[in-house]
Amino acid sequence: MNTHANADLLARYVAGDPGLDDATLWSLETHLESCRACRARLGTTMDGGTVALLDRVHRELGQRIAAGPAPYRRRRWWSFGRRWTVAWSVLPWLAVTVGMLATALLFDRAYPQYPSMVLLVAPVAPLFSVAAAWSRRADPAWELLTATPRAGLWLLLRRTLAVLAVLIPLLMLAGWRAGQSPARWLLPCLVFTAATLALGGRIGVQRAAYVLTAAWAAGVMVPTVAEREPSALLQPGSQPGWALALAVVGAIALLRRADYRRLTSRN
Amino acid sequence: MVRTVSAAETAPQTYAWPVKAEGLRVQAGRHLAVNGLDLALGTGVHGLLGPNGAGKTTMMRALATVVRPADGRLELLGQPVHTRADLRGVRRALGYLPQHFGFYPRFTVREFVEYMAWLKEMPAGDVPGAVQRAIERVGLADRADKKMKTLSGGMLRRVGIAQAIVNDPQILLLDEPTVGLDPEQRMTFRDLLRELGADTCVLVSTHLVEDVVAACTDVVLVDTGRLVWQGTPQELARWGAAGDAGDSPAERGYSALLRTHRAGTR
Ligand SMILES: [Zn+2]
Repeated sequence: MNTHANADLLARYVAGDPGLDDATLWSLETHLESCRACRARLGTTMDGGTVALLDRVHRELGQRIAAGPAPYRRRRWWSFGRRWTVAWSVLPWLAVTVGMLATALLFDRAYPQYPSMVLLVAPVAPLFSVAAAWSRRADPAWELLTATPRAGLWLLLRRTLAVLAVLIPLLMLAGWRAGQSPARWLLPCLVFTAATLALGGRIGVQRAAYVLTAAWAAGVMVPTVAEREPSALLQPGSQPGWALALAVVGAIALLRRADYRRLTSRN
Repeated sequence: MVRTVSAAETAPQTYAWPVKAEGLRVQAGRHLAVNGLDLALGTGVHGLLGPNGAGKTTMMRALATVVRPADGRLELLGQPVHTRADLRGVRRALGYLPQHFGFYPRFTVREFVEYMAWLKEMPAGDVPGAVQRAIERVGLADRADKKMKTLSGGMLRRVGIAQAIVNDPQILLLDEPTVGLDPEQRMTFRDLLRELGADTCVLVSTHLVEDVVAACTDVVLVDTGRLVWQGTPQELARWGAAGDAGDSPAERGYSALLRTHRAGTR
């Protein structure tokens, strides 16, 4: 009904006339919901008793609302920030990593004639923090989390990116102070991080971090220190190889994403 | 409260049972805690009964898609979930309270339920209203902004129920939800269960036969990882004889069914 309600109809509506059929009633109420003028006329059509009743309801409701708790104000940024605090278990590992980087930097400054320690540490620096961000032991709500649609590789990836967002600038800083260009260590660092995710679904993220760090230490760190010769793997010339490795490892992580969908005792 | 009904909700249902398991085997550690389970659950409140070690928790975990079955078929809302398939769609329609409900002590009740709503991929605009409603339904409105570490065991259990129902799930799995609730809270909880059961497939595991009789439309009895018996609480009560262990007809029926099953499998 787009036309205004006539006085007769309003009077019958207020009186609760049983003769009004459902269709008329429905269209009248729809109109009243959207028309301020007709609602005002509805008020003047009512008898004194009804008006008094409505006044009392209005007053008492107002009192109860005033006495009750205030409406909850949603703080969007607060809930956004709050989500990240569930991964607080990462903080100790971030601190350990920063300590390690500082030590490596001190070594580089003290013994410039030796191969750079900062360069040797950088590729595996984020791994333990990433492992701590995806740990059943560190997360009390792990089982709840696993049953939700967001659980899985993407959630782990978000947390990994957060770790990288903190560590990469620090690595840049340490690398700059040690005179090492990011062109030598950034791609290897991303490859090892992606490899942790690719392997983590099978054997657990923590174990993947151990295995990869141990492999790097045995294969590159120890020989470099023993021979006092910078590793060929960390030269600008080997970067195309690392880029290819990143593509392969990233693809494996994506293909193996189903590994992260269930609760496993390995994490 | 009025909420918008999505097209998916009004679409015709293409499956007969929200939960359907055939020959399901699920490992807990090295042994098969669920060993050849056949089960079909419709809308309503189903009470899952069974002695300790019957495989109830492992079965709940499999239904919650938290662990992958070793063998057999499991369909939730008509979708197979025993495979390595994507589970996102099914999980959005799932509510789960595990037996060991872990939480973040520094979060308030509201922050925790909000976080769970986010993990369940609810539209951001619906979250505040849905969170408030879930907290009210479990009777914790006056504690909504208290830190979880200040709550009693019974209240924490109710937060667990609130996070499970926040997304209006189509399948709701509650593992021992009444642990730590006082008698009055148990009564309120039974009312909530009956209300939820009107349009949801609810599976409640409990060791209290009286809870099942009071609030469930259907009883599922399991032992050694298999379905022993399924029927109404009234039928359960009819199974008991005077000589069976238990304080009520339903408890005697429970003992009788278990005894018969165990005699048969030997
Ligand atoms: Zn009008």
